[in-house]
Amino acid sequence: MSIFVDENTKVVYQGLTGSQGRFYGLLNRDYGTQVVAGTNPKKAGTDVDGVPIYASVGEAVEATGATASCVFIPAPGVKGAVIEAAEGGVEFIVVITEGVPAHDEAWFFNKLQRDFPQVRMLGPNCPGIISPGKCNIGITAGHIAKAGGPVGIVSRSGTLTYQALYELKQKDIGCTTCVGIGGDPVPGTNFIDCLEAFEADPETQAVMMIGEIGGSAEEEAAEFISTSMTKPVVAYIAGVTAPAGKKMGHAGAIVTGNKGTAQAKMQALAQAGAKVGQNPTEAGELMVEVVASL
Amino acid sequence: MDLLEYQGKEFFAAHDIAVPPGGFAKSVEEAVGVAEAMELPVVVKAQVHTGGRGKAGGVKLVRTMEEVRQHAQNILGLDIKGHIVECLLVEAASDIAEEYYTSFTLDRSERKHLGMLSAQGGVEIEEVAERDPEAIAKIWVDPLEGLTEPQCRDWVAAAKLNPAATEGAVSILLKLYEAYVAGDADLVEINPLILTGNGEVIALDAKVTLDGNAVFRHKNYAAYDASQPRDEREQAANSKGLQYVGLSGNVGVIANGAGLAMSTVDVVNQVGGAAANFLDIGGGANADVMASALDVINNDPAVSAIFINIFGGITRGEEIAKGVIEAMDRVDIASPIVIRLDGTNAQQGRDMLQPYLSDKLMLSPNMLDAAHRATALAGQAA
Repeated sequence: MSIFVDENTKVVYQGLTGSQGRFYGLLNRDYGTQVVAGTNPKKAGTDVDGVPIYASVGEAVEATGATASCVFIPAPGVKGAVIEAAEGGVEFIVVITEGVPAHDEAWFFNKLQRDFPQVRMLGPNCPGIISPGKCNIGITAGHIAKAGGPVGIVSRSGTLTYQALYELKQKDIGCTTCVGIGGDPVPGTNFIDCLEAFEADPETQAVMMIGEIGGSAEEEAAEFISTSMTKPVVAYIAGVTAPAGKKMGHAGAIVTGNKGTAQAKMQALAQAGAKVGQNPTEAGELMVEVVASL
Repeated sequence: MDLLEYQGKEFFAAHDIAVPPGGFAKSVEEAVGVAEAMELPVVVKAQVHTGGRGKAGGVKLVRTMEEVRQHAQNILGLDIKGHIVECLLVEAASDIAEEYYTSFTLDRSERKHLGMLSAQGGVEIEEVAERDPEAIAKIWVDPLEGLTEPQCRDWVAAAKLNPAATEGAVSILLKLYEAYVAGDADLVEINPLILTGNGEVIALDAKVTLDGNAVFRHKNYAAYDASQPRDEREQAANSKGLQYVGLSGNVGVIANGAGLAMSTVDVVNQVGGAAANFLDIGGGANADVMASALDVINNDPAVSAIFINIFGGITRGEEIAKGVIEAMDRVDIASPIVIRLDGTNAQQGRDMLQPYLSDKLMLSPNMLDAAHRATALAGQAA
């Protein structure tokens, strides 16, 4: 099994007619994802390499039965795109776009929670989600992931997600689902949401968690691991040597004062019973041990 | 983007938040000019992107025009924690009865806005939080609802400010929340927020951080962005669209993706080296971007070995190889390069690099090995 998406997920791409949307939307289709529609109010009735374009998500859902949306709209339009997707009737919204203002993120997160509690959002500023062999929504290169199980992956960083998938594939370990939650201040889906889903997923038997400096999401995840997880967790945190007060690329990756340091996060995770790798390779090796002992 | 105090006060004034009258000056003459138009005494304040100005002698109360001249002279050019003072704020001295603290920022855990208010202002709020956490009244504001007046009144009451300050505080806090939201700020902080002898509540200081992602709807923010302190290396990299943070070591780092770039800096450190920088070429970088990144690193005199760490997802191996070859063609790369190349089309990239391999350009099978080699090379050079 997988979490959040599977082979039955039907995806509408908001921004399929743009260069990024088209490139990744078609790559996702090549991977085997059910790419059923795109939206663009000015190009309704046309198609992108055979994928029909509708004026809105609502129309696309009505015509194709889409259950998820993937947003490739430029940052200024993301707030509107997320609400359009929720009103249009999809259950799962993946926002790839980076550079979304934090106030917009805080607003639409709370809007979804209040008015569309059945909708899950992933991102913004995330690589997307892949259940190898079943469904790939976003910008992850599908060939670096091995299908099957028993490991679920959740990560705040794009390239480190790829690194993790690749390390596991090289060691012949499969992945049930790999979720990139993104590096922004207000992620729609956080570590705990994913850990909870992996804990409930019978096929996932161990979880790889990749965090980074800034905020307290990893510390909160550690609390959840210690109180609510029976499955083993291997963790890696990037940014041990990041200087305080410097933004390391992601809006979320900034250490202020003593809060959000990699050391504090690694300590919290280790105390919660997770095995903590000092680098991605070591985390991969720890996962090999965990899988061998299952 | 962090605003200087005078910019923060302009931002506040634009949102109808009371600040002391004053003016900005870049020279002694300008400072005197501003002071002449005001009643003495005035305060001459250094404008720098750091705290601790008062202790460093960067804030002076002056009673005569001669003193304005003298202190403006002393403060301009002053080094405050490595920041050289280039401009001043000359403002009316305030009659301070009491000092408070207030701020709004995003609480990532609650995913709501967090307001903090304390009757103990004028000192570091972290100290108050440690010594007397009860002294900080907190309020979580739902972005959909905004801060309502009844909520704001309860909040002010919880902070136990002087009753004389209640009306003024409620009014200024409501405006501050509006400014925080409408202005797309990551942080607005007033410390101290003061109650004057006349019973007015005004912002004596202004600390404002604006969200760089929101510049598209605030055209005037471009000017603020331009006045951010950056080291020269950062400026050169930013002008080429690269994410760069200068560090103090001698191993130049280039990676794709913020997470991998951070991880690369960490791994260099773990094997006993020290990175000269964090540099993220981003997703899907082509040969041109790769060549620009190498240019930036090559121009840093502190660098004595270069570690290129690429995991191709969207970024393609052959583009990386092409960029490295182009850069080596175009400029003389001073330091030896160690490349770790995995992921999409990595084999193709490695094959392209094969004819160029030498003691100046090495391929490494994985991230750890590459970190060891680059660190050893940097050590030899030093």
